[in-house]
Amino acid sequence: MGVVRLSHKHPWIPILAAAALSTVAWAAFTPVIFASREETFEIPKGTWARRMAGNKVEILPSHVYLTVGIRDVLLLKNQDDVPQIFGPTLMMPGQSFRLPFEVASSYQFACTAHASGQMTVVVDPQPDTPWRRLVWRSRRIFRIVA
Amino acid sequence: MLLCMTARAAESETLKAGIFNPARAAPDFSVQGSDGTPLTLSHYRGKVVVLAFGYTHCPNVCPVTLAILAQAHRNLGALGAQMQVIYLTVDPERDSAERLRQYLAAFDATFVGGTGTAVQMAAVRKAYGVTAEKVGDAKDYAVAHSSFVYLITREGKLRALMPFGHAADDYTHDISLLLN
Repeated sequence: MGVVRLSHKHPWIPILAAAALSTVAWAAFTPVIFASREETFEIPKGTWARRMAGNKVEILPSHVYLTVGIRDVLLLKNQDDVPQIFGPTLMMPGQSFRLPFEVASSYQFACTAHASGQMTVVVDPQPDTPWRRLVWRSRRIFRIVA
Repeated sequence: MLLCMTARAAESETLKAGIFNPARAAPDFSVQGSDGTPLTLSHYRGKVVVLAFGYTHCPNVCPVTLAILAQAHRNLGALGAQMQVIYLTVDPERDSAERLRQYLAAFDATFVGGTGTAVQMAAVRKAYGVTAEKVGDAKDYAVAHSSFVYLITREGKLRALMPFGHAADDYTHDISLLLN
């Protein structure tokens, strides 16, 4: 009875509840699909020159998030004219480095490009059940907002 | 040419390690080998070289990596004769050729170690993008170092990089692919 009275007073509440329920249902039951399994980071041409000129250039975040089976490949590209330490490795001009991950875990790499000297690749498990998809999507929103 | 490109594409799809594309020539080096003779990378042209950097006092990463490489070598059976593990020290101060020989023999008698002057070893590390930093001042100092392992093709190309944590089966898989 209380709910009926509340609906009369605030007719938008059932609409909001239905919308929230639909969103949760969509997040839980719609498969997670990416066009590519590769998460790509690129050092553009002229980066070294900009750094030498005193500009701060951040390309690779200190934390990279991947997901097994969906987006589980880290692809680094050096398009600059000079060799660069990029992520865990030294890359020549024009070279790319493609690193696949098969196991969900947190991977630490030494990376001189970061002040901490470390780069972390967090690989989440495959969201293959409604509950996992819901958690995966919530976590993704949280990481984007944070 | 087309066949070669197709083979490269198939390889990059299937290797467990990270792949460099295009693969560059692996920087050659000349250091003192653990058998007392000069050790050069080019000497092993024709074999797949598994190149690791570490030090004999390493408490965790190096023993694990070397044990995994020894297991992979055993897994390869007869094919194992076509791979060579080279372990270059990041601690030349304490790692003499003899110490390296004794240390590596505990894992696999075919493994070869390399040492040299601090300047020599720093130059090799720089060429490969390997970091090593002394931690602590006491006699029993540690060295924080890159933990990945390079895979170098029979032609001397730096093809792949295996991050720490991969199992022996992953090495066996990738070395087999590179050998074939």
